[in-house]
Amino acid sequence: MNSISNQFGREDWSRYTPKQRMQRYAAFAFCALALGWALGSIDVIWVWVWDAPEQMGDLLGRMYPPDPTNLGDILRVLLETVNIATFATGFGVLVSLPVAYLAAQNTTPNRATLWLGRLILVTSRSVNTIIWALLFVAIFGPGVVAGILAIMFRSIGFIGKLLGEAIEEIDKRPVEALEATGASRFKVIVYAIIPQVMPTFWAVAILRWDINLRESTVLGLVGAGGIGIILQGAIDTFNWPEAATVLLAILALVVLGEVVSAFLRRRIL
Amino acid sequence: MLKITDLVKRYGDGDPVLKNLDLTIEGESVVSIIGSSGAGKSTLLRCINRLVEPTSGTIELNGTELTRLRGRELRAARRKIGMVFQSFNLVDRLTVMENVQSGRLGYISTWAAVMRRYPKKDIRRAYELMERVGIAHYADKRADQLSGGERQRVGVVRALMQDPEILLADEPTASLDPKTSEQIMGLLRDLAGELKLPVLINIHNVTEAKAYTDRIVGMRYGRIIFDDTPENLDQDAMDRIYSGSPHADRSGDMKEAS
Repeated sequence: MNSISNQFGREDWSRYTPKQRMQRYAAFAFCALALGWALGSIDVIWVWVWDAPEQMGDLLGRMYPPDPTNLGDILRVLLETVNIATFATGFGVLVSLPVAYLAAQNTTPNRATLWLGRLILVTSRSVNTIIWALLFVAIFGPGVVAGILAIMFRSIGFIGKLLGEAIEEIDKRPVEALEATGASRFKVIVYAIIPQVMPTFWAVAILRWDINLRESTVLGLVGAGGIGIILQGAIDTFNWPEAATVLLAILALVVLGEVVSAFLRRRIL
Repeated sequence: MLKITDLVKRYGDGDPVLKNLDLTIEGESVVSIIGSSGAGKSTLLRCINRLVEPTSGTIELNGTELTRLRGRELRAARRKIGMVFQSFNLVDRLTVMENVQSGRLGYISTWAAVMRRYPKKDIRRAYELMERVGIAHYADKRADQLSGGERQRVGVVRALMQDPEILLADEPTASLDPKTSEQIMGLLRDLAGELKLPVLINIHNVTEAKAYTDRIVGMRYGRIIFDDTPENLDQDAMDRIYSGSPHADRSGDMKEAS
């Protein structure tokens, strides 16, 4: 046993040298200090935090039982929400296809188009859906159109980026083979690139539809259509039982969306 | 007739991979190119259909100078050069028929290509060739469901669908087991005879090169140092082709140059 250690008398081993250990302790200390400083610099009213469980109980008490009198309206608007998400995903997918083509290094025609593609992706992704919605409500006025555009603009970046990465990761050998047959650029894309990114395309489109379903439920808070308008109305008028109904409806919708997208994924992929 | 004159290919600033290479292929002969890895076999083949850009020199195929062509003219010339690859290079998610018809992409309209509305005579030709190589019953299967030998047959049919004037094969049997490998080599030789098609094959397996081809070209570090019938490839010639290493050759060249 331990013949090697015995023979050579090497019993001490440590993962880090003393100097490395000191550096690690220093790094931990620095992180702790930074965390402490961050906590101190934000303005938390601790009384309200300790008070939270009581407030929560109070709110739930006022919400119960949920009030179903407006259920018809709520369901109608919920359907509108689904439509916003679906149309926006559809349009977003259409626009993101050429953007993905531009933003993928191996398909983009030249450096300028590559940067144009990336600029579109970054712009779309760096602005939150709600900010897009505020912008479009200002341009198109409140309503469904602003909501659809907001979600569409946010989706373009998401789908375009993932699809662009999928294009960059394809097997290049079939592409080379079809170029060798004398096929034009466009035909090579249709025959060698599109078949390879199809699975990713469907997966990403379904995932984005799922996300958009959730996002479209809050659009109403800024007046861009959907169920959020009713929710905000209920909260503003302290109509907590109705707010509870709306929240339950949203929950049901999200669960349904999850089920549908899982089903689609199984069928298509 | 394929006539390569004074061909040089240099990647970046390094030593050339092909050094003032001359090669002429006439008639319907099956020619194999042998040589150790790094000798420039693949580069030579890829210069012919311009998957690799030659640095200088000329390549003439039946009167067309290939090295200056661009865009539409290059694509028209590529249609006449079929290529078979070591890893088959099929589109896995397409059916065998779509893969085979992709050899016609240079001929048919974009709309026909997108809608898969292939001309009747192309479909008839595809079935003829697929039957000839024994894969007609796979027409509707996805390419990734086939075995290696079957996949390479699809690759061969795709190249033949181009109606080529020459067939290039870049180590077509290197990913196949010995038996399948011989079948594919036999197929290439027989098809060359039936279609009156010159075939240029890069190959590592010297036994197969001797058995299935009419002429052997031996390359060593960018130069052709052997070019004769298989019978004349003796041990001495083999040693000259395969001895040493590309690295040793390179340093030898450096000494010569200095």
